[in-house]
Amino acid sequence: MELKNAVAGTLESGDIMIQIGPGEGLQVELQSSVAAQFGRQIKSVITETLEGLGISDAYVKATDKGALDCTIRARVTAAAVRATGKDVWK
Amino acid sequence: MMFVPGNNPGMMADAHIYGPDSIMLDLEDSVTMAEKDAARLLVYNALKSIDYGNTEMVVRINPLNTPYGHKDVEAVVKAGVDVIRMPKTETADEVRELEAEIIKVEEELGCVGRTQIMAAIESALGIVNAYEIATASKRMMGIALGAEDYTANLKTPRTPEGSELLLARETIVVAARAAGIACFDTVYSNLDDMDTFRKEVELIKNLGFDGKSIINPRQIQVVNEVFAPKQKDIDKALRIIAAIKEAREKGSGVIAVNGKMVDRPVVLRAERVIALAVASGILNEEELS
Repeated sequence: MELKNAVAGTLESGDIMIQIGPGEGLQVELQSSVAAQFGRQIKSVITETLEGLGISDAYVKATDKGALDCTIRARVTAAAVRATGKDVWK
Repeated sequence: MMFVPGNNPGMMADAHIYGPDSIMLDLEDSVTMAEKDAARLLVYNALKSIDYGNTEMVVRINPLNTPYGHKDVEAVVKAGVDVIRMPKTETADEVRELEAEIIKVEEELGCVGRTQIMAAIESALGIVNAYEIATASKRMMGIALGAEDYTANLKTPRTPEGSELLLARETIVVAARAAGIACFDTVYSNLDDMDTFRKEVELIKNLGFDGKSIINPRQIQVVNEVFAPKQKDIDKALRIIAAIKEAREKGSGVIAVNGKMVDRPVVLRAERVIALAVASGILNEEELS
């Protein structure tokens, strides 16, 4: 699936900003104050969400401000919808 | 009913901790057009994942005549929302259009009849049509006043004493009672003036409203304090209910409590006091039965 560069989310507390663009395989760069405790879990939610949307090639930069898993899923999906121009979440 | 912006995940995650009776996640006025898609996904995922306990979950969608309304309905019905709040409702046909849209999604999911509707009335035309709106669908659980748009439509400012809202408020209460559904008052947005807020809550409670819309957890306590019945009223209501029960068991007709005749309106008022006491957590429903 062809991707444009797109962004979703904010840097407010409880949110996560997802920047997505073209890549080879799924590469996730994470910035989070809780990366040591939850970094693996956050990255796995991001990759599982993208795989569920049928996206297997993307570069993602995630800046986390303490987002819940449901917020991460929503922001990744919004970024993917914007990057593909399709309502992929259905 | 506490309003929470649908594009603020931090607020959406914490809102129920403060104990509002219901939470309204907003996809309409508090979300910019550029963020409508992202807010819809946030609300969808929050409803699917966050355990809001017994809190009634409402989502205010965008009007169906915008590019967002139909997608909002699909997302929130799929997420299992309790109530869809329809903004700027002016006619019964608009309610029926929303109902048809809900049915379409519910049929796909196999859960027809699950989603309820609340209509926000925010214009002079909406007030004129209040009863028709309130009775437009069996899914209608309540009508609510949206005062900011309503006063703009009336070409009048909103005043602290609220005289410009009196007709609308009374019309909404009467229409809701005639239709047998609930009614909710508008928000009060000045968080620095809690005295005027309390007066407004007292006014709308006395007018007959079932609840108040709020925009901040700080307002919850005031609403609960005003709506919770006083202990002497609860004691009196319990005496009336007990006397009626006893009279029914004995097969006697008219009864008196403390020398005053108890007839049907008195019983209805007593039942309302008990219901409010239970809702406020003062009385335990199990102890009553």
